[in-house]
Amino acid sequence: MFLYIVRRVLYTIPITLGVTLICFLLVHLGPGDPLNALLPEDASQASIDRMKAEYGLDKPLPVQYVIWLGNALSGDLGNSIANGRSVSAEVVSALGNTLILAFGGMLVSITLGLMIGSIAGSRPGSLADRILTGVAVIGVSVPHYWAAIVLVVIFAVGLGWLPAMGMDPRGSSGFIFDWAHLKHLVLPILALSLIPTGIIARSVRGAISETYGQDFVQTLRAKGLPEWQVFTHVARNACGSAVAVIGLQMADLLGGSILVETVFVWPGTGQLLNNAIFMRDLPILQGTILILALIFVATNLVADILQTLLDPRIRR
Amino acid sequence: MPLKNTTPLHKAIRLTTLTAIFSLSSTVNTIYAQENSTFRVGMTAAEIPLTTGNPDQGFEGFRFMGLMLYDALILWDLSSSDEPSQLMPGLATEWSVDPDDQTSWTFKLREGVVFHDGSEFNADSVIWNFDKLKDPDSPQYDPRQAGLASERIPSIVAVNKVDDYTVEIVTDSPTAYLPFQTSYWMMSSPAQFEAVGSWEDFAADPSGTGPWKFESMQSREQITLARNEDYWDPEHVPESEYVELLPMPEASSRTSALLSGQVDWIEAPSPDAVPQLEGAGMQIVTNSYPHNWAIAPSRAEGSPWNELDVRKAANLCIDRDGINSLLGGLSIPSEGHVTPDSEWFGNPDFQLAYEPETARQKMEGLGYNADNPLQVKIAVSTSGSGQMQPMPMFQYIQNTLDQCHFEVEAEVMEWNALLAMARQTADSGDARENGVNAIIVSRTTMDPYSAFTRLFDSNRIPPNGSNWTMSTNPVYDELLTKAEQAFDIEEQNEILRQFHEELVNNAEYIWVTHDVNPRALSPELEGFVQAKSWFQDLTPVRLSN
Repeated sequence: MFLYIVRRVLYTIPITLGVTLICFLLVHLGPGDPLNALLPEDASQASIDRMKAEYGLDKPLPVQYVIWLGNALSGDLGNSIANGRSVSAEVVSALGNTLILAFGGMLVSITLGLMIGSIAGSRPGSLADRILTGVAVIGVSVPHYWAAIVLVVIFAVGLGWLPAMGMDPRGSSGFIFDWAHLKHLVLPILALSLIPTGIIARSVRGAISETYGQDFVQTLRAKGLPEWQVFTHVARNACGSAVAVIGLQMADLLGGSILVETVFVWPGTGQLLNNAIFMRDLPILQGTILILALIFVATNLVADILQTLLDPRIRR
Repeated sequence: MPLKNTTPLHKAIRLTTLTAIFSLSSTVNTIYAQENSTFRVGMTAAEIPLTTGNPDQGFEGFRFMGLMLYDALILWDLSSSDEPSQLMPGLATEWSVDPDDQTSWTFKLREGVVFHDGSEFNADSVIWNFDKLKDPDSPQYDPRQAGLASERIPSIVAVNKVDDYTVEIVTDSPTAYLPFQTSYWMMSSPAQFEAVGSWEDFAADPSGTGPWKFESMQSREQITLARNEDYWDPEHVPESEYVELLPMPEASSRTSALLSGQVDWIEAPSPDAVPQLEGAGMQIVTNSYPHNWAIAPSRAEGSPWNELDVRKAANLCIDRDGINSLLGGLSIPSEGHVTPDSEWFGNPDFQLAYEPETARQKMEGLGYNADNPLQVKIAVSTSGSGQMQPMPMFQYIQNTLDQCHFEVEAEVMEWNALLAMARQTADSGDARENGVNAIIVSRTTMDPYSAFTRLFDSNRIPPNGSNWTMSTNPVYDELLTKAEQAFDIEEQNEILRQFHEELVNNAEYIWVTHDVNPRALSPELEGFVQAKSWFQDLTPVRLSN
């Protein structure tokens, strides 16, 4: 098991390097230039050249990449071209805000996804299965951007129960866990958890119903085990694939949602990326994508290891 | 059954409860009173504008940061909603050009002005702020502010101290536009910079002389500015104690935030949302301002737009009233390059009417018809500062031009990519590679340089300016030079009127519309006067009790 974990950790190194190269190239190959957003349209060539030199944009791409990677390895992701602030500080602050949403989203989607999937999967073909599967399909199909706007229109604008945007009430200087702040979480979490709930529910339903069809279930029943005990055996056998799906969804949530964060003006990584794309803020783009990619790789690594622990067949 | 709780214990409980309710309501009232002195603004910017002095985020940065925290030597009078904004004394009380050497200007500085950190504003501050933008060897040189501002004050080559409250500003050539240029030059505090040591730290604790002082900031979330009780102009000490500025780039989010009471003011609601906002009792405020939305046609060699009748036909085939309806009435159909109420409008002979039949005749006279339309390709962005609703507007124009023997193809680009194209010329770079022969970039027409010189002077073809079309008309050059050297403002305006008439008669652009800068305000907000300007004065704004 130890060797398996070491092997999986080693695999992540070339994956991470590949990710850094791709994200660096992608942000540089796109049209537009960070200085376009920064300088007036009729800025002189001298001003443009001075700014390029200031941010190292005058060097050849491979040189820029090596410098950036070297700095990144030492923990220095550079400074934002748009506002001059440290990229690491910006990403950490945004990530903290996204984590608040992501954990809320995880809690809702895992709870609901497992419940819906388990109930539907243990009664395949029943009315409950059809209804719950339908709900899961809606969850997967509804664009969360649209869902976010609808939720705002109903609960913030129409009923006035919940705030429409932001993560703090007026006058607050940071998120704290009281009702005034938690109210700001409700709508974004609902919007954000729709798709993962649907995906988890469908996967769990598939895994549970498939496992129910296996011979050992018949044996358990023949031995006279009560149905709830049969379910625990089924769930144990089905959880391997469910964990993999949950891991992917969690990584997705941790990455933040550009659309949901933009609608709710939530200052997380999604919004940070969105702004950076429009401003062509290359250091922020590179830094954020790198951190998110590392989180994605790490979450998948944890999910793989968990899956292996839960289902020893995978090690073979 | 009625409850009769009259024991001493019950009395004590009731008394305690009443006291608690009273205390609570007092607290609520106190909180309400505090909130009542603060109003919140939802900006279209995605990020808090740069706080160090000369801001980024275009003119929205000036509106909500530059002119809030800082002052320039010369400011814009933003007190009237009826007349176009004019320059007025700011940190300088008077200025004049030397009649014997028109490159030398004398600026008398306002005495008794202090920065928010308590240090004094004087001639040394002006020189220090000049070096901040122009002298790469000075410790306060800031490449970011230099990049943002130096092109707005291109003519200044030196600032000399005459005495503590007088400076001489020297320009590279005689230019009557210097007062306009200085209005974009924000004065940061030298003492604060020396105290904090770097522009990064200055950004976190900025200090200017403006009517609002920095209070607090949460990166990408909000910045709170507080009333500057000691502002040098008592008429413009803010009515409200605080203003909170929130970046909210998504229009629907701004609308929802206003409707749900989370902000009191939003910039640029989408036209679709206006009826809903009005229905909810919000104030929709609009006014003409120096903005221009037009198609700039290539005048490079071989461009089909070089034919005057093609340009006139296109202008006669734009249904400007239809576009105004499309925008929910939130626009002013163009009659020229500047708005009809501008002092530079003049009296052009060519009327920008919607006459498709005349347009077709002109095109047919040039050999184009329904079977042989003129193919043109226009670069347009999907969004962007001042671009209004670019795609629906473009599609509307595309359909109407189609009826006048034009076959219009779109080169749809993201805003930043379009800006990159606009920095080049019509016959080079991205435009050439993609066969683009016209471009839509909205423009400010706030001062003569921005409105005319940079766009139409043959010396301002990129990289020396924004003359992307490569327009080279000697009459334009002559009039623009005369206007820049006319130090009498009436004479200058007269020359600019002649220039504008010439421009419209030559159908130099295909003019479409002017934005009206819509913003939606909570019904509780009062005191705001929307000036005919990109900039606005937030000092009289307050929430009603």
